Amino acid sequence: MGSLRVSIGSVRLDRPGMVASGIMDETGASMIRMLRSGAGAVVSKSVGSVPKPGHPNPNFTETVGGCVNAMGLPNPGIDAFGEEMRTAVSEGPIVGSVFGASPEEFAMLADRMEDYGACAVELNLSCPHAQGYGMELGTDPKVVAGIVSAVSDAVSVPVWVKLTPNTHILTQIASAAESAGADAIVAINTLKAMVIVPEFAKPLMSNKTCGLSGRCIKPVGVRAVWDLHKAVSIPIVGVGGIEDHRDALEYIMAGASAFQVGTGVLTRGPEVFADINAGLESFMEEHGYPDIRSMVGVAND
Amino acid sequence: MTESVVTVKGIEQTNAYSRTIRFDWDAEASPGQFVMVWAPGMEEIPLSLSSVGDEKAITFKVIGDDTRFLGDLKEGDRIRVRGPYGNGYDLSAERILVVGGGIGIAPLLPVLKAKRVDAVFAARDAAEVSYADPIGEELCGKHWICTDDGSMGEHCNAVQMVSKVLETEGYDMVIACGPEVMLFFLLKLLNEKGMRCQMSLERYMKCGAGVCGACMIDEHRVCRDGPVFTGEQISRMTEFGTGCRDACGTFVSFR
Ligand SMILES: Cc1cc2nc3c(=O)[nH]c(=O)nc-3n(C[C@H](O)[C@H](O)[C@H](O)COP(=O)(O)OP(=O)(O)OC[C@H]3O[C@@H](n4cnc5c(N)ncnc54)[C@H](O)[C@@H]3O)c2cc1C
Ligand SMILES: Cc1cc2nc3c(=O)[nH]c(=O)nc-3n(C[C@H](O)[C@H](O)[C@H](O)COP(=O)(O)O)c2cc1C
Ligand code: FES
Repeated sequence: MGSLRVSIGSVRLDRPGMVASGIMDETGASMIRMLRSGAGAVVSKSVGSVPKPGHPNPNFTETVGGCVNAMGLPNPGIDAFGEEMRTAVSEGPIVGSVFGASPEEFAMLADRMEDYGACAVELNLSCPHAQGYGMELGTDPKVVAGIVSAVSDAVSVPVWVKLTPNTHILTQIASAAESAGADAIVAINTLKAMVIVPEFAKPLMSNKTCGLSGRCIKPVGVRAVWDLHKAVSIPIVGVGGIEDHRDALEYIMAGASAFQVGTGVLTRGPEVFADINAGLESFMEEHGYPDIRSMVGVAND
Repeated sequence: MTESVVTVKGIEQTNAYSRTIRFDWDAEASPGQFVMVWAPGMEEIPLSLSSVGDEKAITFKVIGDDTRFLGDLKEGDRIRVRGPYGNGYDLSAERILVVGGGIGIAPLLPVLKAKRVDAVFAARDAAEVSYADPIGEELCGKHWICTDDGSMGEHCNAVQMVSKVLETEGYDMVIACGPEVMLFFLLKLLNEKGMRCQMSLERYMKCGAGVCGACMIDEHRVCRDGPVFTGEQISRMTEFGTGCRDACGTFVSFR
């Protein structure tokens, strides 16, 4: 049977699917549960310097083909998160996701994640609903390069950069990250969105705007990975709307070395990983692919 | 899950501390499930359904800004509900004892409507529990009332009442909803007696749908894997009765 092993640069995973940041990954116990469900790794909740409650409710609702959220990066702060990381890393690979407002803050947080045993760090330069963070930094190639080089200097684990699709210069941003020393590009974060309740004539979210995720964004993510595959030579991790093995294959064939699942955990449950793994194995068998790597980017040929 | 903006059909004082809002909503729901409730001017909060037919209801204790906001609504006002979420109670056991403590009595009413069983209603005082007496008369086989201050029924707490009931009655399932301290000591009693149970738990909720991880108790999502858990599951939870996560995800010890 075909192997599910993948490498994202020097990070080797037994299974190609990871839990996307922000989905059942705020506590040690939940990260362990997801690893046991068949995820190859868990990307932690994006963690900042200090505890942050995020935006008040309402900050979530299901929509056609997916859901929207404006969680606003709630997290217990990097100090308290050490306990959760220590619990989880003994069970399997954990990628430490961090967000900050400056290169120095990113570097400090990444360094702490490395201390906690993260196998890589993921820089959240793409959250569409947190003022002063995320996408506001991640759409300027110069700012991105500054953050990536500060983090690369500070840590010895691989540095992954998570990008937003809410820009027309995605490939320029990715190239800037690559030149600054990024080891992989993760794409995509949510699409900036809004929901209005007609009876109240008001936006639903306390934050007004929010981020759209789930199956409805898959074609956008696949296109982003396709473009990135042509623009950079570092590995790409695909994310956005993956719920079954055929969704994952679209990303892999567009050029992703591995993938992440977020909203799929909501629609399919934590079992989504086991189902995708089984689906990929039988697909590889039926179509004569020896491993995941042999399918990466094949749609480009 | 569905989401709808529904019209308040009626709002009533349930007891001295709580109010009930009734609304027509055709979403299918089972006893023990909850909804996320919102209107402009309040934060969205989780509330259990206290009626699960085509006419639905929520019953809540006024304890802060959002429950006060809801309590001040008038007939004809609108609220947005999404859900129902969670798993609900398994009512397949033959002889069931229902145990409700305080505001935890309200979400058990759909259980009593679905199946004629016995019940213990426990509360602080008569003002909180007297409304349950006629419900017990109408819907239950036997029912017992107890209050912390002795102003109605037996003068004892819920766990002492259950202990007393079990001296003469036999059950193969206990279904309980109420404050976590009550559930904690009730579970202890039932484990000692080797009795099975299901309990509805609460944790701080954001998405309510099982994706964000805010409501974790150990490795369980209260909103999706619960809110109803079995006694076996709860007995293995290290955070049950000891602490919970706040909106930041920080673990806060109960003591
Ligand atoms: C699954 C579930 C079902 C519930 N069912 C009922 C019910 O049927 N009747 C009822 O009276 N209460 C119920 N609650 C509790 C109810 O959600 C809180 O009483 C309510 O949120 C209080 O809001 P407030 O603004 O009035 O008070 P606040 O002053 O904001 O909060 C008081 C306390 O309420 C709790 N709380 C506040 N916000 C949330 C939140 N987003 N998620 C969970 N807890 C919160 C916290 O413990 C807080 O300390 C339920 C909770 C859960 C998780
Ligand atoms: C509730 C929720 C919380 C999220 N939190 C984060 C976060 O903290 N950091 C981050 O980089 N991405 C976050 N995301 C984005 C996801 O990691 C992912 O990029 C996006 O949802 C697209 O993938 P999906 O369609 O599989 O969900 C969040 C998404 C959701 C739905
Ligand atoms: S409230 Fe989001 S997972 Fe339960």
